[in-house]
Amino acid sequence: MAYINSYCKIDDSQVLLDGQCLIPNDEGDASAWAGSIYRHLGIQYPKFFKMDTMCKFGFLASELLMRQVGATPEEPKKDWAVLCLNSCSSLDTDRRYQTTIQEADNYFPSPSVFVYTLANIVTGEIAIRHKIQGESSTFIFQQLDCEMLHRLASNALAPDKASNLLCGWIDFEFGHCDVLMFAVSEQKKTDTAMEWTPANIKKCFMKQTWRNFYI
Amino acid sequence: MGDCIAAPLGFGSEMVYNAVAEGNSVARLHESTFGLPEPFFGSLFEREWIDETFALSCPAENTRYTPFEKIAIIAASEAISRAGIDAASDRVLFVVSTTKGNVHLLEDLQGFETERVYLWRSAQLIAQHFGNKSTPIVASNACISGVSAQHTAMAFLQNGLCDYAVVVGAEMLSKFIISGFQSFKALSPQRCMPFDKDRTGLNLGEGAACIVFGKGDEDTLPQGTLIYCNSANCNDANHISGPSRTGEGLHNAIEKALAGYDRSKLAFINAHGTATPYNDDMESWAIFRSNLSKTPTNSLKGYFGHTLGAAGVLETIMSHQALKNGTVLPTKGHCNLGVAQPITVCTEKQTAHGESFIKLISGFGGSNAAIHFKVKL
Repeated sequence: MAYINSYCKIDDSQVLLDGQCLIPNDEGDASAWAGSIYRHLGIQYPKFFKMDTMCKFGFLASELLMRQVGATPEEPKKDWAVLCLNSCSSLDTDRRYQTTIQEADNYFPSPSVFVYTLANIVTGEIAIRHKIQGESSTFIFQQLDCEMLHRLASNALAPDKASNLLCGWIDFEFGHCDVLMFAVSEQKKTDTAMEWTPANIKKCFMKQTWRNFYI
Repeated sequence: MGDCIAAPLGFGSEMVYNAVAEGNSVARLHESTFGLPEPFFGSLFEREWIDETFALSCPAENTRYTPFEKIAIIAASEAISRAGIDAASDRVLFVVSTTKGNVHLLEDLQGFETERVYLWRSAQLIAQHFGNKSTPIVASNACISGVSAQHTAMAFLQNGLCDYAVVVGAEMLSKFIISGFQSFKALSPQRCMPFDKDRTGLNLGEGAACIVFGKGDEDTLPQGTLIYCNSANCNDANHISGPSRTGEGLHNAIEKALAGYDRSKLAFINAHGTATPYNDDMESWAIFRSNLSKTPTNSLKGYFGHTLGAAGVLETIMSHQALKNGTVLPTKGHCNLGVAQPITVCTEKQTAHGESFIKLISGFGGSNAAIHFKVKL
């Protein structure tokens, strides 16, 4: 049996930590919104400003979760894994990169943009920040399927693999942020811990995301 | 249970293996392909070949799919037919491995609907082509995607969540992908030289490869069957676009994948061997630290280029074919060893001594993976 020790949801309107509103979005625009969460957390991590917006939101949710479970960023974590599911892969940055190569007389491809056109960079950024040295994987689905997240995460939690996991949905497209992440461990680490089951994942996931309205 | 490679070098695992065993490659310099300002050296499909081959089995549907989806379907059709499974069953799981899917449609949709740029959409169409209605999994972990997809498929099989897994890796090149690698200055202007002291970068390649995995009793399996032993995926936690200098993540992955295994039984290591200065040095560290410096090691990038999302699957099939034939394939493009730690690069076709091989792979995002297979004797 594993436990959800903490969960964090970030959308266009607020940051929810374990179901409680932690920070409301008074900024509007996604990039300013990510910046205001960063300032609220009071961390010094210059690499944050190089990240694309999706990575920023995944990074911020992970930061909150790791604090909740009392993990220190500097400590190497061989028994931790990080799993990201989303729908957009890296399409927000893909579209931005495409504008830099679309026209022959305005051709300026940049390696610092191109590197974020890979869906798994967000798990890489999280792994670097928290020194996570177990599995890091990104999987793409049309929508968040709680059963599928549970299966993929449970695979990664096997005894010879990892005993702790940061996992969830990290999606960002058309200026809309949709993040729901979980800190899952074999041990109970918080008073509010819930069993790691598809039903409990569903409870944490509020159905009405921007994408439900959009599609 | 069944597999297939569709690559610019040929179609069908055996045919491609024979071409490689003869030292062939169709990688060459492309001067004005994709409207790129700079030339690149790579291995590309003839576009007509894709349409003609696809039309042989599905003449009515040739305009329905993109080239990326077509090569995936071409490889999967053959692999599924060889495996003799009913791919429409809900006990069959499709795992698609790709880094960029239909990304070329961002430039021009070419009449396709906007949702075709989503990887999940291509995966749905590939699975549905075979009548499979279950949700396919897309593994998109940069260069390690093909091993990552197999690693995931194995967990689903072992946990009884499916009876068969169809793992299909595919990648088509485009202005998007090549311009990005060029901006990184990661491409070699000539044939890549894995583990060589004069290596200057990688070649890119197109390809698709599919393996159908199932469960079975080892004793009753036919001779030559590929048998999964173990696999692992370990992050470097070092840098998003550079590997750990000491090969930490890959070394951890090798140690996990080979835990408890007598390494003298390993016939060869099929390395990632992209021929970038950093990757090959890092791999030599990981191999050295895992006490595998004397194990014959090869890279297949000189034949196919780096086929990105297809590489992990394609190179697994090639290694299976090689071991089945009792051979270690040479590393095309390699002349003089020049990596951080001494490793034994296979330069001439040689006899394989051992029962298994390990496939290594690393990529952006700090990703590393290793997968270990035996071949039924």
